[in-house]
Amino acid sequence: MNGSESILDVRDLSIAYGSKTVLSGVTLDVRENEILGIIGPAGAGKTSFLQAINRMDAFNASMKVTGTLNFLGRDVRAWRNAYALRRQIGVVFPLPVGLPLTVYDNVAFAPRLAGKRSRAELDEIVERCLRRAALWDEVKDRLDSLGSLLSGGQQQRLTIARALSQDPVLLMLDEFSIAVDPVTTMRIEDVLKELRQEMTIILVTNLVQQARRLADRTAFFLDGRMVELGSTESLFNGETLFPETRDYIEGRFG
Amino acid sequence: MFAATDRNRTNDRIQRRYRNVFLGMTLLLVLPVLIILGLLVVRGGPVLTAEFLFEFPKSGMTAGGIFPAFLGTIILVTMGLVFSVPLGIAAAIYLSEYAPDNWLTRSINLAIINLAGVPSIVHALFGVGAFVIFFGFGTSILAASLTLAIMALPVVIVATRESLQAVPHAFREACWAMGATRWQTIRRVVLPNSVSGILTGVILEVSRTAGETAPIMFTGAAFFVPFLPQTIFDKTMALSLHLFVISTQVPGVPEDFPYGVALLLIIIVLSMNALSIGFRTWLRGRKKW
Repeated sequence: MNGSESILDVRDLSIAYGSKTVLSGVTLDVRENEILGIIGPAGAGKTSFLQAINRMDAFNASMKVTGTLNFLGRDVRAWRNAYALRRQIGVVFPLPVGLPLTVYDNVAFAPRLAGKRSRAELDEIVERCLRRAALWDEVKDRLDSLGSLLSGGQQQRLTIARALSQDPVLLMLDEFSIAVDPVTTMRIEDVLKELRQEMTIILVTNLVQQARRLADRTAFFLDGRMVELGSTESLFNGETLFPETRDYIEGRFG
Repeated sequence: MFAATDRNRTNDRIQRRYRNVFLGMTLLLVLPVLIILGLLVVRGGPVLTAEFLFEFPKSGMTAGGIFPAFLGTIILVTMGLVFSVPLGIAAAIYLSEYAPDNWLTRSINLAIINLAGVPSIVHALFGVGAFVIFFGFGTSILAASLTLAIMALPVVIVATRESLQAVPHAFREACWAMGATRWQTIRRVVLPNSVSGILTGVILEVSRTAGETAPIMFTGAAFFVPFLPQTIFDKTMALSLHLFVISTQVPGVPEDFPYGVALLLIIIVLSMNALSIGFRTWLRGRKKW
């Protein structure tokens, strides 16, 4: 097993939008260099969970987060500088988001925010991140074309390259395969297997088998609560004690 | 199996009939535009000579040119823009990018829509009360252009806000997630992708204010001024008011003069519109997502 140091410690987390609670009483930890899979049907609270971690609630006045989220030993809401917190956490969205900037500027965006100006340094970051996202060979000759006009699968890998450009401690992927073709999905999965050596990954996925292929441990969310969290192996070997989990994994609902 | 039934044929006939009705309505719309333009060009065209454009009116406005009015309209519109555009764009950025969705924001939005619906004569009276009398600017270019600016503001705000909203929200979230502030996101991603739309809105607004008469006739535009304005506290002539004056108030004006003035106004408005259409086409040619 990978290192057991916990980098994210969630205690009794609840999230509400106005008077509507979408997630309550979640307690879990994310360990260094693991891939934590989160599965569950739509509306289970998976995306809200990710948004609470990098404090996106700051951009949504109706989103209320309670409980504690210790990231690198400090409550995320005690980070005085939420921007610095977000720079440690890479995010990949369900729909590919190539910003309407050049491919180069997409990947250089975060490093520039962090104050990097030297062209040589940026060149190095852009190439390294695009290579690791398995996109370099396809775009190396057109780094100055618009990232938002790449194909969906390429944009999703561009998003990953952009997330990597932040040198994140934690990478969060939210149903990344929902809008990309199966071949791209497999390529990205290979990328993730490589990345787990260097960082911790939370993989929210709508594909149960994807969690099975990639995740060390898997959490099952349902109707705004976490039903269970266990090693992926035990969950899929039918050792689960919860009938809902078994039904979901076996495709009986969701 | 694929042969047309009677019912198919009837439906087809009916749908063709409706198509022709809608086509007729559309052509009916074009007719007045063509007639107005044709009349103006035929009767006003010969009037628009260089002397007419760049000379002062003579003999009680029955001869000479319209230069003071031409220049006056350009000054009024330009100054109106200088006041309304920065303010309008700033307000739109706040409303679109920063404002929380609460009762205050909603009332401000409602107020802006209402402001856009206020008749221009009411704007004129407000201009008299606020700028001419209260701020003591007198009937002057300053008071008139401020009145035009107030009138233009809601349109600038709405056009800008819509251009900003046309930039997908996902772009903002992607930037925020990378640790960008709201302002960094606006400056690097949102504004560069909405600036053409904002410009289009602003240009269309220019063409509207150029033709307005009511807001300026009480606040700074004059019947006749024998000299060009020296400061922003002077009165000025303006094309729209001049057209009104020589059509109705002054006896002995050559019959084609008003057509010439009207044609010039239309040319200003249409060339502005053409500019804005050009922008839009250019935008479409460079689709960004």
